[in-house]
Amino acid sequence: MTKQVLIAGFGGQGVLFAGKLLAYEGLLDGKEVSWLPSYGPEMRGGTANCSVTISDAPIGSPIVANPDILIAMNKPSLDKYINETKEGGQIFYDSSLISGEVKRDGVEIYPIPATKIADEKGLKTLANIIMLGHMIAKNDFVSLEGAKGALSKVVSERHKDLLNFNVQALTLGYEYKA
Amino acid sequence: MAEKVLMKGNEALAEAAIMAGCRHYFGYPITPQTEVAAYMAKRMPKIGGVFLQAESEIAAINMVIGAAATGKRAMTSSSSPGIALKSEGLSYLAGCDLPALIVNVQRGGPGLGGIQPSQSDYFHATRGAGHGDFHMIVLAPSSVQEMASFVFKGFNLAEKYRMTTMILADGTMGQMMEPVSLEMGEIESYDKSWCACGGSDKRPKNIVNSLFLQAEELEQFNIRRYEKYAEVEKNEVMYEEYMMDDAEICIAAFGIAARVSKNAIDEARKMGIKVGMIRPITLWPFPKEVFNKAADKVKAFVSVEMSMGQLIEDVELATRCKKPVLLCNRSGGMIPTLEDVIAKIKEANGGAN
Repeated sequence: MTKQVLIAGFGGQGVLFAGKLLAYEGLLDGKEVSWLPSYGPEMRGGTANCSVTISDAPIGSPIVANPDILIAMNKPSLDKYINETKEGGQIFYDSSLISGEVKRDGVEIYPIPATKIADEKGLKTLANIIMLGHMIAKNDFVSLEGAKGALSKVVSERHKDLLNFNVQALTLGYEYKA
Repeated sequence: MAEKVLMKGNEALAEAAIMAGCRHYFGYPITPQTEVAAYMAKRMPKIGGVFLQAESEIAAINMVIGAAATGKRAMTSSSSPGIALKSEGLSYLAGCDLPALIVNVQRGGPGLGGIQPSQSDYFHATRGAGHGDFHMIVLAPSSVQEMASFVFKGFNLAEKYRMTTMILADGTMGQMMEPVSLEMGEIESYDKSWCACGGSDKRPKNIVNSLFLQAEELEQFNIRRYEKYAEVEKNEVMYEEYMMDDAEICIAAFGIAARVSKNAIDEARKMGIKVGMIRPITLWPFPKEVFNKAADKVKAFVSVEMSMGQLIEDVELATRCKKPVLLCNRSGGMIPTLEDVIAKIKEANGGAN
């Protein structure tokens, strides 16, 4: 089993953090993992993405050009990677930020209004975790319990008060029904 | 086995340096290695070490010379343009026979270039790190684990031979996160009776110096230093072979290019092409012998690199051009894709396949 995941969005949406959480889940699960961010002059408002690979075998390149799973948190990211996603793969996108019909043959498409849910539930800025929770619900190489365990590793000591909000966001995404 | 933690290459490298006993870090921020300096700034004061952000890269390398002359484990890190500035100091370190660790997390060049990953300082690291006749031991990590463990290895080698070890990484290695075990082995200890620590009247005065105005004397120093380099070449060559047993095509690649190549080899093998890889871990001393032996078995080599063709020269030299060496490269911050490498493997295999 090797899963290549690409998480992309605006800087400030927490795509790197969501990727780190996913990678940690894999690590705690005893799998091989790699996490590679885009880096550079990107800042809040610019585009950011990260490549996460989770595998049973040692990982060759950490670069994900053609993801099994794309998590797109804004329109430019969806446009950029929609046709790069592997045949038989999955695309998750934030339907509160991306309007209109999203079409691509040969992949499963999962819209979720993550930003809207986050705003309604008082979880502003946690749309990234809601998206991740929904992805976990549609896959069995990761688990909700595993991700909750990983959260306690990646939420830093000084932000421990935010741990419960993250767990809540993860669960909301996990339980979301279209 | 110690618990593995998920760390960025730059941070794993910095933590490993501290575990290796380095308490003197002199740096200056530059993307994509800034996390090394940031990590040191956070940790060093807590453990009684020195983190000093110098006024420039040149100042930082000269501080390394000073600390190294006293026998302390000292290091600096930078990225390509910053390393170029340190070149004078690298030559002085060699001229003074001082052990030190230098880290280059490469970005695209020449000039200020860009900030994306590159391997285009290969010539600088292996050939021209400064003026005069000298070499550095050059280690090329290909994973976050190696970013950490080569720091340990690098300090040990530096002290063993009283020379500079450079870790030649790239932006990808610095920025990526992978699980890493920080169980590093032993800090080796070597004779330091040469160091200039002051305050001892029990031994003759030690002077650390690289100025020799008598040509005969300087020549003798250089000859003796090259005898030492010959020992390094005999004892310290490191490389990794991947699927070379029955290989008819041999890829040469290091760092992130070797990681992409591994995937390409797996794909090409599925197509029935017998391809393998020799990954040099020490870029100097270069694993000449293993390449030369491979040249008697394989029909062609492919040098996969992120430069306009630098590693390829060492492959050609090592194999005495017995077999063709094809170049698969990107430059300026671009990384060869899986498809790039597979296409070149097919070409080396004789086109249609």
